[in-house]
Amino acid sequence: MAPPHPPHPRTLFDKVWKSHVVEPEAPDRPALIHVDLHLVHEVTSPQAFSELNARGLEVRRPDLTIATIDHSTPTLAAGPDGRRPYVTARAEAQVAALRGNCARHGIELFDWESPNRGVVHVIGPEQGLTWPGMVVVCGDSHTSTHGAFGALAFGIGTSEVGHVLATQCLFQRRPRTLRLRIDGRLPPGVGAKDLALAVVSTLGFSGGTGHVIEYAGEAVRGLGMEGRMTLCNMSIEAGARAGMVAPDETAVDYLRGRPRAPVGDAFDRAAERWLALAGDDGAAFDGEISLDASALVPMATWGSSPDQASAVDAAIPTPGTATARRALDYMRLEPGKPLIGTPVDVVFVGSCTNGRISDLRAAAAILRDRRIDPRVRMLVAPGSEAVRREAEAEGLHEIFLAAGAEWRLPGCSMCIAMNGDQVRPGKLAVSTSNRNFEGRQGPGARTILASPATAAASAVAGAVADPRTYAVASHAG
Amino acid sequence: MRVEPGPPALEPFRALMSRTVVLPHANIDTDQIIPARFLTTLARTGLGPLAFHDWRYHPGGAPKDDFVLNTITAADHRILVAGDNFGCGSSREHAPWALTDFGFRAVISTKVADIFTSNALKNGLLPIEVDAATHARLIAAPGADVVVDLEAREVRFDGRTTAFEVEPFGRRCLLDGVDPLGFILSRLPVIEAFEKARAA
Ligand code: SF4
Repeated sequence: MAPPHPPHPRTLFDKVWKSHVVEPEAPDRPALIHVDLHLVHEVTSPQAFSELNARGLEVRRPDLTIATIDHSTPTLAAGPDGRRPYVTARAEAQVAALRGNCARHGIELFDWESPNRGVVHVIGPEQGLTWPGMVVVCGDSHTSTHGAFGALAFGIGTSEVGHVLATQCLFQRRPRTLRLRIDGRLPPGVGAKDLALAVVSTLGFSGGTGHVIEYAGEAVRGLGMEGRMTLCNMSIEAGARAGMVAPDETAVDYLRGRPRAPVGDAFDRAAERWLALAGDDGAAFDGEISLDASALVPMATWGSSPDQASAVDAAIPTPGTATARRALDYMRLEPGKPLIGTPVDVVFVGSCTNGRISDLRAAAAILRDRRIDPRVRMLVAPGSEAVRREAEAEGLHEIFLAAGAEWRLPGCSMCIAMNGDQVRPGKLAVSTSNRNFEGRQGPGARTILASPATAAASAVAGAVADPRTYAVASHAG
Repeated sequence: MRVEPGPPALEPFRALMSRTVVLPHANIDTDQIIPARFLTTLARTGLGPLAFHDWRYHPGGAPKDDFVLNTITAADHRILVAGDNFGCGSSREHAPWALTDFGFRAVISTKVADIFTSNALKNGLLPIEVDAATHARLIAAPGADVVVDLEAREVRFDGRTTAFEVEPFGRRCLLDGVDPLGFILSRLPVIEAFEKARAA
């Protein structure tokens, strides 16, 4: 009788992990793991470079390292004198430090002049730097984004940035695995961000701690690469180390022709390897959970952590815990009242969660031939220069400007609010970013996380709104 | 531009007896520990005054008299007892840098986020996960004298002893002051062999 599956069926994670183990785990130390792509930005790298410089160490594999500037960079254009409007001299000095460190160590930097510059997790995929089966790290927790390609991608601290710069390797304990099956199809008007918020609220804020999540099922297969990136991006909001999706033809098609992807025969051979990474039938996970996509609706957060989310058209919940009560107090939301209709001051569209072209299209589809409420300030920050070019070629920027929104330069902007793009104290923002922590978008700022469509609809209404009431084509990206 | 030297050599950490500071809120994320707008620093030192900045100071900058960190002497309060699920969110190592610069050497919760744990262990800050009952007793006793014994992997408090687990390599780094970068550098021959084999 033929065996039903390979003798030792392995998961996608198992395959990627195994091929990167330089030295296996021992009782007194974790496994030593090799890194294929190290992404660097200005905020979490200076102390790592200082450590290398102080010890007289070189960057071991500058060829596997790419740097960009995104977190503390202004999103307003340079003045007539060519000076960039940095929020502080320190922010400018931090960018200068990265420039100096990259020059000294021979690292390619996507600086202001580069057509490739952008938010670190947007540029990796769009340049074709992120390939299935890679180990990708960055001093940023949303490195999980790259897992959409079937890469093992996770955020690290600055000390580890130094370890990778100096050795291209990292100590890692093997995480546990969790398969999250999402069956069914997303209904019209419900997108990847709604799915991500549903996943995080299902798992809870620490439900994924210690785990790598593999997203599977019809709804995940049905997402484009940008939607998969949005989904994997927020894995960390459930505490997971990483999220992954098995590479399929959608991933291969996305990568074909990208600037840093393999070319010609090399691409075909690579694609064959990539497709073989999908988990074997019968491979075991440490945990399994399933969700039904067909029952989903547009989601929004009501609290001050990303798992405090519910249907946008639901009533604000009655707090069952001290944590929820504190969150509602901070948000100044009243239990039992509908969230829809809550007046909104600021709308932000952008970030590595929702700053890609499909996100901007979704927002523009709602804003076309409409104006945002005059009381609302709306910022749109494309995720990268490439996204900006594509959006401008399609005329999306004109739709945003005509609607009364600001069209900014690429960068993290109001996602982390460290470049001067801030929500003022007490103001309420609907944001397509990934964190609604107290003060995340500025001291005292109150944040509701939602999809680009919900954000745009809320800008038009001047209050939290359900995008389904604004008839547009479905957005599954 | 000021060039920051490498990390300060860590004092070996064996056992610590200190009073606790209690911050009972659940899900304290790294944006609360140190807000993002302070991350434009090139240094890893001197961040203690920014720890819990937005909970600790009024918008004008005056300290809030009723916030616990403004009411204690850091030198004899080196153990932070935090609500469930501590250190989630951003990977910023500035969070443990701010906590250790303030004076903390250990943080106790029911769950500590993965990246925070990894960062803390590299900076002389011991993250400890305890069961809900022990946690509840610690939360209810701010200022209590607690012994954190890394060698024995025990928290001792109020006549009771609770065992905890700690990742063995991180423990060794703390106990012996091992420098993890130096340790990985010692593996370079193996790393080179791995890369050569892969390129073949
Ligand atoms: S957009 Fe936000 S989450 Fe993404 S890299 Fe920038 S700061 Fe981090």
